[in-house]
Amino acid sequence: MAGAASWSFSENDFKQIQQHLLAFLRDSNARCALLVDRTGQLVATVGDAPQFDSAAFASLTAADFSANDQLAKMIGEHEFASLVHQGQKESMFLADVAKRVILVVLFDQRTTLGLVKLKGKGAVESLTKIFEEMFNRVGARPGGPGAPQKGLLEGAEDEIDKLFG
Amino acid sequence: MSMINYASREINCKLVYYGPGLGGKTTNLEHIYGKVSPNTRGKMISLATETERTLFFDFLPVDLGTIRGFKTRFHLYTVPGQVYYNASRKLILKGVDGIVFVADSQIERMEANVESMQNLYDNMSEYGYDLTRIPFAIQYNKRDLPNAAPVKDLQASLNPGWPVEDAGQQKVVPDPAHPGENLVDRVSNEWIGHAPYLEAVAVRGDGVFDTLKLVSKMVLKTLS
Repeated sequence: MAGAASWSFSENDFKQIQQHLLAFLRDSNARCALLVDRTGQLVATVGDAPQFDSAAFASLTAADFSANDQLAKMIGEHEFASLVHQGQKESMFLADVAKRVILVVLFDQRTTLGLVKLKGKGAVESLTKIFEEMFNRVGARPGGPGAPQKGLLEGAEDEIDKLFG
Repeated sequence: MSMINYASREINCKLVYYGPGLGGKTTNLEHIYGKVSPNTRGKMISLATETERTLFFDFLPVDLGTIRGFKTRFHLYTVPGQVYYNASRKLILKGVDGIVFVADSQIERMEANVESMQNLYDNMSEYGYDLTRIPFAIQYNKRDLPNAAPVKDLQASLNPGWPVEDAGQQKVVPDPAHPGENLVDRVSNEWIGHAPYLEAVAVRGDGVFDTLKLVSKMVLKTLS
């Protein structure tokens, strides 16, 4: 592989993801759910709009998860599939989805960690299915050849040059 | 790993500034942060020690503009330069779309530059990435210092070139930034490719945006 492969998702994928996340928020009574790509890109946000810088939040989440992955390997575990950061009022639950994406759930005292974990398990299963289908579609597999957006900017050399005028 | 979101019409790409400790990676990002309009950049996050040495990474998201109706957003990362932090340095390379190697031009730092370049090749190959085939540029920083090594010597140590085996790429490619020099050239019957390079004085901002533009453009062109 020359470098990191790209991936993309359509509006339909996005709608499906949103629907699952909305159902999860309703069932778990959590405030907000974010999906973050393992490289630190924010994929989706559902629920109460975050009041913080979500791009910075996504990059820190990916770093946090990656660092914990390495810690897991050091103690002989394959991975930590989920992580919890518990605060006095606000807490976070993080879970791996299809080895490519991280589900981040923000919740407060209106619910419990147990309920978030329980409902989160179902949400992770549904999301894993959606992402695996996305990746298995021709050309959309992360790390695979021929990512679908290859050629998205075909013929846009002039526009690219202009951008850097 | 560029990510295209058709729903929000965004192209997200990841650029990593690599290089030896105290070479000026964080300074590059700080200059960009200071000069870019707050409307087109996010908050800069620095995970640093108490003495302001990068511990994990610095992060700065920057919007470069719109192409074909897609907002192009670049996430800029630096790695910790100190040898000790290799585990976290490697994590930051995951999913990288383009790399800037910030070399410290001072003669005394030559060994540290070479060691860091080797470390970059090693870490990239562990992910299965090939540095000779992804957008990659070298910035020779601190050109204003009296003990700066000549660019020719830095090039010989850090950018000696790699064999170009693909017949389609075996043609002379002039370096637009350095007249008379070539990025791909034939040397003693062998085709050799080089990474483009720039000179910079990051504390003054010289060469900082030129470097960002060069690599971002290379990344976007891989999508075209």
